[in-house]
Parts: sequence; structure tokens; C-alpha cells
Amino acid sequence: MIVSFDLVILVFLIITAAISLRVRDLLSAAMILGVYSFLICLLWAEMGAVDVAFTEAAVGAGVSTVFMIATIYHTRRRSSD
Amino acid sequence: MEFIQNSVLPHFNYWVYVILMMIGLYAMITKKNLVKKLIGMTIFQTAIILFYVSIGVKTGSTIPILEHHAEEHGEAVTDTGGHHEEAPGEHESHDSIHAVDPDHFANPLPHVLMLTAIVVGVSTLGVALAISQSIYKDFGTLEEHEILEKIKQGGPGIDV
Repeated sequence: MIVSFDLVILVFLIITAAISLRVRDLLSAAMILGVYSFLICLLWAEMGAVDVAFTEAAVGAGVSTVFMIATIYHTRRRSSD
Repeated sequence: MEFIQNSVLPHFNYWVYVILMMIGLYAMITKKNLVKKLIGMTIFQTAIILFYVSIGVKTGSTIPILEHHAEEHGEAVTDTGGHHEEAPGEHESHDSIHAVDPDHFANPLPHVLMLTAIVVGVSTLGVALAISQSIYKDFGTLEEHEILEKIKQGGPGIDV
């Protein structure tokens, strides 16, 4: 565990989580959630959990972003909050 | 100051996980849009998974994969398998040569458990998004307060 690397990623995690909940455009919220998932994937690779890291990269960042974009495509893109 | 030095700095990652969990919980409770609620749920889940994975981390450890002693180790295993009636002292010395020090590797048990949790989380998200698409088809909106208003007026979706 590299402490400085950890700290930078954790700060960026909080920032991306807050931004993806703040933006009113749901498509950009889904994209920023993908960025969040890739940051978490980096953190896990750094913690020595490589199997969890590549599962998160494929399933968390890939598939769940595609699910969200498909839902937004079939419904509405704007959010009230 | 004392508190920060003794409990915040050594466990700074746990504090960040608590903050992330609370961000997710806040979003699930207060956001009105259903997709925003699901984003909050995803953040909540990943914060819990992060906590469990970070339990398995040891200082100065590497990934839990044996990279050397591969053929020696295999030989050792077949050897001990063949001679069960070995003298205990001999067995011990034989073991200590080929023993793997667990301090050099991260604990793989939380990793495996959280691998399942990630897949369960994604399937939960998929089902929830499918339900919100069906809600949109019935009500024409994804906002919680508008849906509640339409239900109160006896709108569509009640006759399932």
C-alpha cells in the first residue's frame, strides 16, 4: 500500500462521487460514475487485489455504465436534482 | 489535534470509506430522480467493498500469487502425500524449508468474497434499471414526486 498514491485516489473518489450526484445531466452523471469505477479499480490493483480490480474494470465500469446509458436512452436525460 | 494524530491519520482510508458511504446514503434518501438514487446505491456498495478489500492489505505485501518455488513446492506436496507415517520432527523441518510466509502476501479471502459482491451489485443495478424503465413506460417520468402525485390521482400503473 503506497500511502501518497492512496490519498490522491481517495480524494479523487470523493470528488467524482460528489460531482456525479451534483450534475443534472444524467448522461454525464453516468460517465463520471464510470470514471469513479476506474479510480476504484486503480485503488484495488494498488492494494494487491488484482482479481477484484479487473472484475471491477470489466463489470463495474463497463457493463453498469452501458446499462445506465441504455436506461437513459430509453427514458429522459434531464434530472430535476 | 491529538485525536487527528491518533485515530484519523493512521486509518485515513476507513474515514474516506465512511464519507463515501454517507454520500451514497444521502443520495439514496434525498435525490428525487430514480437513476440518481441508483448512482447513490452504486457508490454505497463500492464503499463497502473497498472497506472489505482494504482489510486484507498488509504492509509490504504483494499480490497473493506464488511466483517461485513452483516445481519444488509441487514435489514437496507429493512427497508428504506419499509418506504419511513420517517422523514428526523430520516432517516439521521439511515443511519449514518450503513453507510460504503469509506475511508476504495480501489476504485473498476478502478479495474472493468481494468478487461475488461486485457481480451481485451489478445484477441488482440491472434489475433496478429495468424496473425504472418500466416505471417510465407507465408514468412518463422518473421523478419520485411526480410519480407519487400521479399515483395519488389514480393514474396508470396501479392495475398491474
